[in-house]
Amino acid sequence: MDRPLRLIPTDPLDKLARTLEALLVVASAPLSVDELATAANDDPERIEDALRLVGERFADERSGIVLEHVAGGWAFRAGREEAAACARLFERPAQRNLSQAALETLAIVAYLGPCSRPDIARIRGVAADSAVANLLERGLIAEAGRDNGGGGAVRYRTTPLFERIFGLDSLSELPRLDDVGADMAEIRDRLHTVAEKRSA
Amino acid sequence: MIVRELELDLDAFEGPFDLLLALVLKEELDLRDVDLAGIVTAFLERLAEREELDLEACGEFLVLIAALLELKARALFPDEAAELAELEPEEAAEELARRLAEYRRAKEAAAWLRDRLAAEGDRYFRLGPAPCAPKVETPLAPQDPESLAQVLRLLAQEPPEVSLSHMALRFPPVSQFLERFRALLQRRSRFDFETEVGEMTRLEQASAFLALLELRRAGELSIEQAAPFAPIRVLRLEASPAKPTTPGQKTATPSASLGLTQENPAEDERTAAWTVRSA
Repeated sequence: MDRPLRLIPTDPLDKLARTLEALLVVASAPLSVDELATAANDDPERIEDALRLVGERFADERSGIVLEHVAGGWAFRAGREEAAACARLFERPAQRNLSQAALETLAIVAYLGPCSRPDIARIRGVAADSAVANLLERGLIAEAGRDNGGGGAVRYRTTPLFERIFGLDSLSELPRLDDVGADMAEIRDRLHTVAEKRSA
Repeated sequence: MIVRELELDLDAFEGPFDLLLALVLKEELDLRDVDLAGIVTAFLERLAEREELDLEACGEFLVLIAALLELKARALFPDEAAELAELEPEEAAEELARRLAEYRRAKEAAAWLRDRLAAEGDRYFRLGPAPCAPKVETPLAPQDPESLAQVLRLLAQEPPEVSLSHMALRFPPVSQFLERFRALLQRRSRFDFETEVGEMTRLEQASAFLALLELRRAGELSIEQAAPFAPIRVLRLEASPAKPTTPGQKTATPSASLGLTQENPAEDERTAAWTVRSA
């Protein structure tokens, strides 16, 4: 026999893909490859292969379900074409109606988190209590320890739900904000002009 | 009803509301001295005089009073302003610019989030808590069925019956014997301790002995014993007539005596190898 023996896996990839579909349909939060591997009792590399298979299966126009990588895991969601029907079935989720104060607070927590209410209040110039309570209630932020090694103010970070609502795989997908623009330099100049007049 | 014409009569200010506002804005009146609750009360009184609810006046008043409250709160906590005021104008300008830039970034980030939310608004997915907590597998080491059977056999045995004998121990109150010995000494000037308590149980004898010591301490009687193990003779003290012990002593002594008898129930008066003489 000159051809080498090939090891045939106990379960074909096709069957593993079916298992992953089942796991993803019962899960209410994105599942990581490791979680899927543990549940399916298979190794992570084969899970990745099987996930590709599942993705292909749902990619064509025949299905209203989409497989996506979001919030650090894999999850099913409704296809965008079906949003109108979903909207008729469900009320608009509370997470999608955010006030300017809530959005600014959420932005600060997402970019600078974990951070405390005093941190947020310092940047926004007004108390952050109600905006923080609002975001907590909607599940977009969660407590993440305290300042000063446990004794200080409660700190907050964004939740996986935040990433999912905003369609982010992780917080590193947030755009960089280093460039505050030319008008900021203009404002600075004006402030300095005022300061010179004052000190003169 | 016109809010600005609301007449106020406060400690720090008397006159129409709009004059107060003007004075505050010109910094001729320190808001820290103004009782804002008084203004609210005045407004509510005016409001109650009318039959109809004047929503427009309410709205206007709410805006004005809220602004005043904010100004007053800032005046009461001037730390941040002082922080900036202490700086040189150049430094203050730089600090302000830094804060503005920081806030500008936050606003920019918020704007990005708003756009993103609008663009991703048609994302629908299953939401909610996990149906059950994730299952955690804890593999057990292989077990020997025989050892399991042994443990089960142990569990199947009836436990030994709990002894309740100690529950029957009743410590007769010392006070009971105090009364008894006092009554006895009214009738007789002396008695023999052993003949009085000979019929009793050992616990009763112990309590009776403590009562005897208590009466001796109170100076109501004297005790004599010729030799160790000799009969204990109790004598009435003629000099001091029997006076009742105070309630405090009565309640304190039995509990102390109980401790004594529980610890050394065998030590009754027979083993006491000493003689007490009256003072």
